Amino acid sequence: MTASSSSVVSARKLGLTFETNDGPVHALSDVDLEVRKGDFVSFIGPSGCGKTTFLRVIADLEKATAGEISVNGMTPEEARKSRSYGYVFQAPALYPWRTIEKNIALPLEIMGHSAEERRRRIERTLDLVNLTGFGKKYPWQLSGGMQQRASIARALAFDADLLLMDEPFGALDEIVRDHLNAQLLKLWARTEKTICFVTHSIPEAVYLSTKIVVMSPRPGRVTDVIESTLPAERPLEIRETPEFLEIAHRVREGLRAGHSYEE
Amino acid sequence: MKHPSSYRGRLLPVLTILVAIVSIWYVAAVFMNAPFQRDLDRRGNVTRTTAEFVSATFSQPKPVLPAPHQVAQNVYENTFLRRVTSNRSLVYHSWVTLSSTIVGFTLGTLLGILIAVGIVHVKALDRSLMPWIIASQTVPILAIAPMVVVVLAAINVTGLLPKALISTYLSFFPVAVGMVKGLRSPEPIQLDLMRTYNASRAQTFWKLRVPASIPFLFTSMKVAIAASLVGAIVGELPTGAVAGIGSKLLAGSYYSQTIDIWAALIAGSVLAAILVTIVGVAGRIVERSMGGRPA
Repeated sequence: MTASSSSVVSARKLGLTFETNDGPVHALSDVDLEVRKGDFVSFIGPSGCGKTTFLRVIADLEKATAGEISVNGMTPEEARKSRSYGYVFQAPALYPWRTIEKNIALPLEIMGHSAEERRRRIERTLDLVNLTGFGKKYPWQLSGGMQQRASIARALAFDADLLLMDEPFGALDEIVRDHLNAQLLKLWARTEKTICFVTHSIPEAVYLSTKIVVMSPRPGRVTDVIESTLPAERPLEIRETPEFLEIAHRVREGLRAGHSYEE
Repeated sequence: MKHPSSYRGRLLPVLTILVAIVSIWYVAAVFMNAPFQRDLDRRGNVTRTTAEFVSATFSQPKPVLPAPHQVAQNVYENTFLRRVTSNRSLVYHSWVTLSSTIVGFTLGTLLGILIAVGIVHVKALDRSLMPWIIASQTVPILAIAPMVVVVLAAINVTGLLPKALISTYLSFFPVAVGMVKGLRSPEPIQLDLMRTYNASRAQTFWKLRVPASIPFLFTSMKVAIAASLVGAIVGELPTGAVAGIGSKLLAGSYYSQTIDIWAALIAGSVLAAILVTIVGVAGRIVERSMGGRPA
């Protein structure tokens, strides 16, 4: 593996083909990508472009069928076994029989942290996602946005440097989403994590990312990689600046080049 | 959501049906008992008014169909007016049946859970065991029960255990089926989450599959406890058992003590209702303690 030391995810000619009854489906083909430490990388594209699949390959929830990929210099399986990443799913996936703090404690219990350590980390991560005081509530007592923040806290609790987020705010309304995006950026700045973020919202991708990976379907592939020129400090109003619109335009062009508007 | 109205909303329909049943029962009692009463009157050379005749059909000692109040009186006398140890006490007979129901239900639930855990974790068991489990319930229990009792008696196992085993046979099934469903109820996303933590199979089992299956467990236990009671009663029939609701039913039919039979039936139903309610309440308490949203 030739990945440099600062490379967190490195994919070379990565491919994944699902064998189905209707013949093979090329979910990913020839994906080359480098995610450096501290990057905030967004994957954007229409459904079927393989963005979620790529994230799942990084997480070792799917196995690539071609090419190579390394996560923290290891195979995805080794990376998963050494608990190198936290994963945030589309749905909060909180366990309904556990309170919020017990949900956050779940990975800590599995990884064998002491009760004292668990308490300390629960307190810290609840604070990171602004949910202090909600630890004793059950998931159904919280709004959708708060539940998703709790699931982010759960992914942060065990201090993995890499955060994989699969359309975490996709099910939320735009007002809540704006708010959470701003919070996520602050959290990213505070924790200096590397984040891979799947979305189908152009403004969300441009607002959050240092690097935007534009993908297109059939076969799932990368059509453009855009390095953001926006400053690290990003108030929500930045979305009306020419620079922002310029990048958004380039993303839209990339999507169009991938023929993703055709259906 | 308002409590009083939902209470009334549930009570009223149930009472309506109860009144309907009792009315039909009275009418039926007149017609069913009329031929014998007419026979009796003819031989005794008695002439009665219609009202007298109707009331006579309600007070035969061995009616074809006893009137509700006759059954109620029998139940009352044999429940509250007899010593608990008396052979005529319904409490005594219910207790005998209850004890084997509980033993059978406990064994059946444990067996059902065990089978479900096996089926969920071992693919070979899933393929091989499930058809047999379903087939086991198509065999009529009335045919199996005497054989179980006879075979066990041959190896000197008598008394409570044979009856309990018949309850076990009936009650493991709903628990096994319910728990297979329950242990498989976690969504893919919840299982993926465990995988990202590199959780062991045991951790996934105890921290995800087991808690997710609890509602399914209590639902199936409600069915299982009713089935256990049926099993215990059926188990008492071929044993020539001296005690229990089943033996009471059998003795009643030997001696044409129809009122006793109906009283035993009532005792069985009340017992079933109590048992199902207890399991239901236990289920609600457990679910509440697991953060269930109050209904």
